[in-house]
Amino acid sequence: MIGRSKQYVNVVDKPLGKGKLEVSLNAFAFLFSEMVQYNQTRVDNIAELEHRLEDAGYGVGLRMLELLCHREKGNRREVRLLGILSFVHSTLWKSLFGKVADSLEKGTENEDEYMISEKELLVNRFISVPKDMGAFNCGAYVAGIVKGVLDGSGFPARVTAHFVPVEGQPRPRTTILIKFTEEVLQREARLS
Amino acid sequence: MATGFGRMAPLLRPGDTSVPNVEKVNAELFTLTYGAIVRQLLTDFEEVDEVNKQLDLMGYHIGIRLIDDFLSKSNVTRCSEFKETAEVIAKVGFKMFLGVTATVANWDAEGTECSLTLDDNPLVDFVELPETCQGLHYCNVLCGVIRGALEMVNMRTEVRWVRDVLRGDDAYEMRLKLLKQVAEEYPYKDDE
Repeated sequence: MIGRSKQYVNVVDKPLGKGKLEVSLNAFAFLFSEMVQYNQTRVDNIAELEHRLEDAGYGVGLRMLELLCHREKGNRREVRLLGILSFVHSTLWKSLFGKVADSLEKGTENEDEYMISEKELLVNRFISVPKDMGAFNCGAYVAGIVKGVLDGSGFPARVTAHFVPVEGQPRPRTTILIKFTEEVLQREARLS
Repeated sequence: MATGFGRMAPLLRPGDTSVPNVEKVNAELFTLTYGAIVRQLLTDFEEVDEVNKQLDLMGYHIGIRLIDDFLSKSNVTRCSEFKETAEVIAKVGFKMFLGVTATVANWDAEGTECSLTLDDNPLVDFVELPETCQGLHYCNVLCGVIRGALEMVNMRTEVRWVRDVLRGDDAYEMRLKLLKQVAEEYPYKDDE
C-alpha cells in the first residue's frame, strides 16, 4: 500500500473528515463557472437554467444535511421551524462558506416566507450577469442546496434566489427566499 | 507597509517554487459541487465514455483560463525543459489550486513522458463508483486542466489516467506526455 491513498472496502467505512480541508477559491470559481456554462448549453431559457442549477444544488443539500447532522449534531435533527432555519443560516453556511449568513429575516407580507441574505454570495462573487439574461441569479445553486437540506429534514419549501439592490453599494445582495408549504406551518402551529 | 514588502520580496528570486498564499474555500463545497457536475453529466449523456470526454473538455476550458491565474500569482519563471514543467505542476500547481501535491516519476528515455501520482485527491471524498459506472474516469477533469493549461504555454500534451483508486487501483496516477513544443508565433505582421 502506497502513501495515504489507502483503500477501504466501502466508502462508509472511511473515517469522516473534520471538514476543515480547503482548496483555492479560484479552483472552485473555475469549476462553478464551467457548471453554469455547461448547463447553459442544455436549456432554452433562464427559468430552465435556474432550475437545472437548483437541481444540482439539491443533491448537494441532501448530502450536506447527512454529513452535518452526523458530524456536528450527533445525529440529532431539527424538528422545529426556527431550529432548522438557524441550522441553515449558521451551521450549513459556516461549513460551506466559512461564515454565518449575513441575515435571516421573516417575510413581512407572508407568514410562510423567510429570507436569508448575503451581501456577496460566494458563488456570485466572480459572476456578472449579461443584460440579456435579465434577473438570472447563479445563487439558484445555493437555493437548491438549501432546498435539499429543508426537504431532507421534512420541511418542504420552495426556495429561490434573488438580487436585491442595496443603497450605496455597487453590487446587489443575494436573498435566498424560502416559502414553506402549508403542511409545515400547520405542523409548526400544532407543536407550539 | 510591512506586509506589502513581504508580498513583493519573493518576486525578486527567479525560479522560486514556493506556493503563493491564495484565498481558500471549504473543500467539501468543492468536492460536492464536482460530484453534482458528474451526476448531471451522467444523467444527460448516459454513456460513460461520453461523460469522460465531457469532463476532459470542461477541464480543458478551465485549464486555458487557469494558467493566467497561475502565472500571475506564482513566482515561477520560464521552465527550461519539460521535466521542470512537470515538477512545477506537481509541486506548485496542484498545491496552489487543490492544496495537495503530486509526485513525478517514471520518465521515459526521451524525457517527454512521465507519471504524476497524487498524494491525496480532494475530488473523490464521499465517492464510490456504482456497478454501472465502472468505466468512468471520475477525475478526468484534471487531465483536461493540465492539457489546457500547457497548451496556453505552447505545449501540446496528452494526459490520461492510468491508475485510479475508485476503480480498484492502489493510487491516483496520470500519464503526462509531451507531443509537441509549439514555437512561439507572433500574431502581428510588419505592415500592420
